[in-house]
Amino acid sequence: MNKNLKNACALSVLAIACLAARTLEVRAAGTETLRIEAPWARETAAGQRDGGGFMTIVNDGAADQLVGASSPASSEVQIHTVQIENGVMRMRELPGGIAVPAAGRVELKPGSLHIMFIKLNQPLKAGEQVPLTLKFRVAGEKTVRLEVRSVAMPPSAMPMATKEMK
Amino acid sequence: MKAFLSRHTALSIAVLVLLAVAGGAALQSAFRGPDAEPVATGQPRLGGPFELQDRDGKAFTDKNLLGRPFALYFGYTRCPDVCPTTLMRLATWRRALGADGEKLQIVFVSVDPEIDTPASVAAYADLFRASIVGLTGTPEQVARIADAYRVIYAKVPQPSGGYNIDHSTYVYLAGSDGRFVDVISPLDTEDEATAKLRQLVSR
Repeated sequence: MNKNLKNACALSVLAIACLAARTLEVRAAGTETLRIEAPWARETAAGQRDGGGFMTIVNDGAADQLVGASSPASSEVQIHTVQIENGVMRMRELPGGIAVPAAGRVELKPGSLHIMFIKLNQPLKAGEQVPLTLKFRVAGEKTVRLEVRSVAMPPSAMPMATKEMK
Repeated sequence: MKAFLSRHTALSIAVLVLLAVAGGAALQSAFRGPDAEPVATGQPRLGGPFELQDRDGKAFTDKNLLGRPFALYFGYTRCPDVCPTTLMRLATWRRALGADGEKLQIVFVSVDPEIDTPASVAAYADLFRASIVGLTGTPEQVARIADAYRVIYAKVPQPSGGYNIDHSTYVYLAGSDGRFVDVISPLDTEDEATAKLRQLVSR
């Protein structure tokens, strides 16, 4: 076998292996009936004890329930909701978690359902990612990485201060 | 003793909840209801002297705010979204006012002095990159300013331990003489809120 032929063979094997792996990956992803979209967390300041996280849970399968969560970033992760009544904000822990309807979606967003990192080990810095493992009754555990977003005004709203932006 | 303590705790919570409900009703009637106590100015008498602590633990009083109009908001750094959203909106609205807006001071007071320190509240306010003044104080100092603005705040124990704080979500607007002028309610539209701020800074 000459060198070129050898190289071609090696390449073919590699290509086939890659294709096979890709197919497997697609299959695996295809069986995921529950997925997390656009997970993010708000940046926190030095000394700020807790931080909030948000995401959309998309469920193509049977009814499920988000029953708990954990993260190496904080001692504890809780599931909360917020209501404003008569001008007073009330934040409450939801020990039972959040119901995820069959073939439906649940939005965890500001002013509503969200997760709370309780007792952060260190501040969440804008631009970093924070790992979070969500526990679903049916779908099991899902680990996602939340993109940490700044609370500062968006660059478009503050052209005078663009130098400060990362 | 234990039973007494837990009964005592339950009683304290009940009292807090009652206070919160009564306070909520008072706030509502103060701002919207026909039963508001009549005052000569047509405005509820809110505000007055207070003393809190700045990032270095130095005294920060109502006198420090004199000379420029201010928007005062109460919350706590663990507040997941109502507080940051309100502060972000205030910063954005102030910017929309252009040069006049630069006069406006935005002040954030933490009503969670057990967990938030003056330094951590100041660091939290810095996150917004909008020169927001972050303050807190001793529980007594916080109680005094909250009382002056009729702000409701109540610790609510949570199932897995710890507590959250229910609190008012109004923004209190005062002129450069420190006198209360108006509130921005969380239900106000952007136009309503900016109109109030514009009026405040053009006085």
